[in-house]
Amino acid sequence: MLEVTGLHVAYGGIQAVRSITFHVKEGELVALIGANGAGKTSTLKAIARVIDAVGGDVHFCGEKISRLPPHDIIRKGIALVPEGRGVFPRLTVAENLAMGAFVRDDKAEIAADIEKMYAYFPRLKERETQLAGTLSGGEQQMLAIGRALMSRPKLLLLDEPSMGLAPIMVQKIFEVVRAVAAEGMTTLLIEQNAKLALEVSQRAYVMESGEVTLHGESAQLLNDPKVRAAYLGE
Amino acid sequence: MSKLLNPRSAFGIALIAAALIALPFVAAMGGQAWVRILNFAILYVFLALGLNIVVGFAGLLDLGYIAFYAVGAYTYALLASPHFGLHWPFWTILPIGAVIACFFGVVLGSPTLKLRGDYLAIVTLGFGEIVRIFMNNLNAPVNITNGPQGITLIDPVAIGGFKFSGTTQILGYSLSGPQKYYFLLVALAILVIIINLRLQNSRIGRAWQAIREDEIAAKAVGINTRNLKLLAFAMGASFGGVAGGVFSAMQGFVSPESFSLIESIMILAMVVLGGMGHIPGVILGAVLLSILPEVLRYGVGPLQMAVFGKMLIDPESLRMLIFGLALVLVMRFKPAGLWPSPERKRELQGDA
Repeated sequence: MLEVTGLHVAYGGIQAVRSITFHVKEGELVALIGANGAGKTSTLKAIARVIDAVGGDVHFCGEKISRLPPHDIIRKGIALVPEGRGVFPRLTVAENLAMGAFVRDDKAEIAADIEKMYAYFPRLKERETQLAGTLSGGEQQMLAIGRALMSRPKLLLLDEPSMGLAPIMVQKIFEVVRAVAAEGMTTLLIEQNAKLALEVSQRAYVMESGEVTLHGESAQLLNDPKVRAAYLGE
Repeated sequence: MSKLLNPRSAFGIALIAAALIALPFVAAMGGQAWVRILNFAILYVFLALGLNIVVGFAGLLDLGYIAFYAVGAYTYALLASPHFGLHWPFWTILPIGAVIACFFGVVLGSPTLKLRGDYLAIVTLGFGEIVRIFMNNLNAPVNITNGPQGITLIDPVAIGGFKFSGTTQILGYSLSGPQKYYFLLVALAILVIIINLRLQNSRIGRAWQAIREDEIAAKAVGINTRNLKLLAFAMGASFGGVAGGVFSAMQGFVSPESFSLIESIMILAMVVLGGMGHIPGVILGAVLLSILPEVLRYGVGPLQMAVFGKMLIDPESLRMLIFGLALVLVMRFKPAGLWPSPERKRELQGDA
């Protein structure tokens, strides 16, 4: 479904991503793991076209999307949950969710989808009229995921959903990630928390200094001595 | 809009309307100068609402807003004065001024799309100065703007045979020039307020809000941030252009001096002080900041005479001192502005 070939991202002279190639098949949950500064977020941003890639191609459902303007990406069916959550702090929870459906105009269905998000995240329902900026980190992450789902994407891009959250919140967020994926949502997950990411995903790519150094079935990677040493702290 | 239909609001609106109609007559008791001050207050409401689109709605800090006012003013001046011997009617020039200002808005907007905050402020500040310096120097080799002397004898507004300058008798009442302009300005201001309200609650308004809050997230939900930012610049600029046209006609004279940096800062202060992004707040800010200095101008001197029996401090410098102090106090005690939108107030109260 998503094919990334030779993607190359640089900031000025600094190479963030050097020619990375990977793919995500329909219905899969794929994780991209690696340490801080490995180029994971840059990869994701380049796919979502929030930043420009220097080279390489991204194809989505057979169509080349690596030259599209950023606001068209979501219309193709790719929804990004930005790093650091990126909710609209001065809009209410309900308004944030409605903003997620900016590209849709089927009012009745949008309202139904908002209720669906509240079912995923009952906490958001309780906070419906509260400003997003006043939510806790975990709640903001829930909201960011909910907002992305509001566009009814075919592919969900998650950028470090566990970042800066209490362990119990991380558990909750990942339960939802798992539930959404179980309903057939194709997901590309970026995580520093390698253990969690490998547990929840089917396949994974390990990134190091802008390159993929390892890839395979998540269950195997979880038992790979190199991965265990480098990322699981053993 | 349905809120407007209940009896209490209808009564409120009737009350405001009555006050707006009575105001120029009350002001005239203190002399026509006060009516002019009132007119300028409305003109500033106009400008502040225009700038509010850029700064308040879209969150783009613009320190060169006065340039669009200048463009509108000069457009009117050049097309309705003996300078080029052109005397086009008011209603044709006003839209032309708006379109030209809008064009300049896009000219300023397009190179600054990737800039934010301080950097954007610096570029817009430069733009404002460039326009003013152009007006100052475009008198040679071809005399377009007449340089620092400015353009004089600009035609007053006239609709059909009805002239807005001089005194006319209507139904036994005599209306002075400034009083007639007052009603014209109020009508235009109401129009601008309605446009602003409609914009705020529209899809465009929500997209602006999203851009202001988080640009990357705005892109991610499918908002064309480039076009919408340009649209904010263009719309803000056209309001500035229209205000400039009216200013030109009302004064009968324009010169580059009227479009200095301090004017841009003043309008920004109105927006920020009133309550950024909140239409009633912005109106309040504009009215207060335009009238307060005048009240001080007329009040400070006599007050010193009454209290001390002599002038201790030059009224002009004391006026700016008090004015500055008032600004500092408001920012200290009401950081979200005098009349902020409910959300912003909550945010700054530290619930976050």
